[in-house]
Amino acid sequence: MKELPEIDVAGAARTRHPLRWVASLVLLVLAAQLVSLLVTNPNFQWDVVGRYVNAQIIGQGIMTTLLLTVIAMFVGVVLGVLLAVGRISENPVARAACGLYVWFFRGTPVLVQLVLWYNLSYLLPEISFGIPFGPEFVSADTNVLITPLLAAILGLGLNEGAYMAEIIRGGLMSVDPGQTEAASALGMSGARTFRRIVLPQAMRFIIPPTGSQVISMLKATSLVSVIALADLLYTVQSIYNRTFQTIPLLIVACVWYLVITSILYVGQSFIERHYARGATRNQPQGFWSFVTSFRRRPMPTPEVPS
Amino acid sequence: MSVPMVHARGVRKHFGHLEVLKGIDLDVQPGEVVVILGPSGSGKSTFLRCVNHLETVDGGAIFVDGELIGFEASGGKVRHLRKREITRQRREIGMVFQQFNLFPHFTVLQNVMEAPVGVRGAPREQARERAHALLRRVGLEDKAGSYPRQLSGGQQQRVAIARALAMRPKLMLFDEPTSALDPELVGEVLATMKGLAEDGLTMIVVTHEIGFAREVADRVVFMDGGVVVEAGTPADVLDNPSSPRTQAFLSRVL
Repeated sequence: MKELPEIDVAGAARTRHPLRWVASLVLLVLAAQLVSLLVTNPNFQWDVVGRYVNAQIIGQGIMTTLLLTVIAMFVGVVLGVLLAVGRISENPVARAACGLYVWFFRGTPVLVQLVLWYNLSYLLPEISFGIPFGPEFVSADTNVLITPLLAAILGLGLNEGAYMAEIIRGGLMSVDPGQTEAASALGMSGARTFRRIVLPQAMRFIIPPTGSQVISMLKATSLVSVIALADLLYTVQSIYNRTFQTIPLLIVACVWYLVITSILYVGQSFIERHYARGATRNQPQGFWSFVTSFRRRPMPTPEVPS
Repeated sequence: MSVPMVHARGVRKHFGHLEVLKGIDLDVQPGEVVVILGPSGSGKSTFLRCVNHLETVDGGAIFVDGELIGFEASGGKVRHLRKREITRQRREIGMVFQQFNLFPHFTVLQNVMEAPVGVRGAPREQARERAHALLRRVGLEDKAGSYPRQLSGGQQQRVAIARALAMRPKLMLFDEPTSALDPELVGEVLATMKGLAEDGLTMIVVTHEIGFAREVADRVVFMDGGVVVEAGTPADVLDNPSSPRTQAFLSRVL
């Protein structure tokens, strides 16, 4: 029998990847070209960008954009939870109604919905509260009631609700039915099971697409410029319509959108860590242990109370 | 004789056209340990799930400690109970599942404390002490701060037993508690269950562990095709089965 050679693979040479080197080189050249274009092309008017990027009027536009994003997302999430619960409920009427809502609000352009809410007074000159088909208690002129801000919140929030409903429903369905059974067997009520057992587990699947929705919403708020609400985009438009510095001002808007998006991205990753508790065998790093890891001395992880 | 802990008469259940239970009669006395054996699809798990109303029975009736489960009979009429009432009934009946079904986002301690605090309204400190005591009883006190996925299957199932005991149930249902475990982990779970039986807990156990049935059960029930084929002491059913179906089953699993 042939003697097998004695070999130790510990010092083995690495495999060469010449194609990776070629691809890296091409990308580096392209990146260098891009940087050179940004720096040497005077048409970007970086001085104008620098002048406006901190301007107070831009700040006001950012505040409007953020306010609108937060309120519309809040409306969307609350509505989304209700619609998702409705769509998985045992009540066939609720299921159908919530399904119809999602069908309509996802199926029509959000721009159209915004304009519709803004022009609601054409359809309903007066809005009143009272007993259906009975006496009215309070009524108001629609044109006074529906301000551009309210129209924007209604348009963006109600549309968002339809998308959030589907995201939340998907998250809820991803939780093992055994969890609900175990909670039922312990005598937990349906509401408590939902709040303590199902929703926290569904959050792991709800957070990433919701993060995308927040970023979409941030940019979708720019649509409200059609109903003359002075958000970030509307503000830069109103400036470049006067000064014709279109490109540099659009760059200013993009810079701010990117800054806000980056902050949201970091926030999202911390929320994801929170809801990853117990999802893997390794303990996920919590926010505080991450912050304290920058210090020299090790800090014990504070226990999160339930 | 006292009121039986479980009194089932003519329990029927079907899923679509498939008749899973064709009239089950079974009494379990307080403190008794009953093991239900039977081939897959014999309806033994379904029957167990009917006892705490995870499945709604289609006919017959189940009483637990004298109380009709899932329904209400008054003035000659029978009505479905409201969810709140069903929830109340389930608090008295513990259940252990084949797949453990621990809450993965809670620590072991939180798993055991959740129902006593959230459902019974027990003070947090008291519930914590009791949870630690229960974890000690199942031999897992040092795992209180771990998450379920960091534990072995046998450890998870023992936590699930502690979680069910935390509600101080009158009756414990075990639905194939060792079927999802690696063979070397089965023993620790069975030993825990044996301890509970010795303490006088009323238990119904659906299992394939013939050894456990022989050693721990007061009575063994053999089910097949949605009916109770025979029932009796472990010696009667396991060593001298009268029905050919029981004989065939035992010859396959022993």
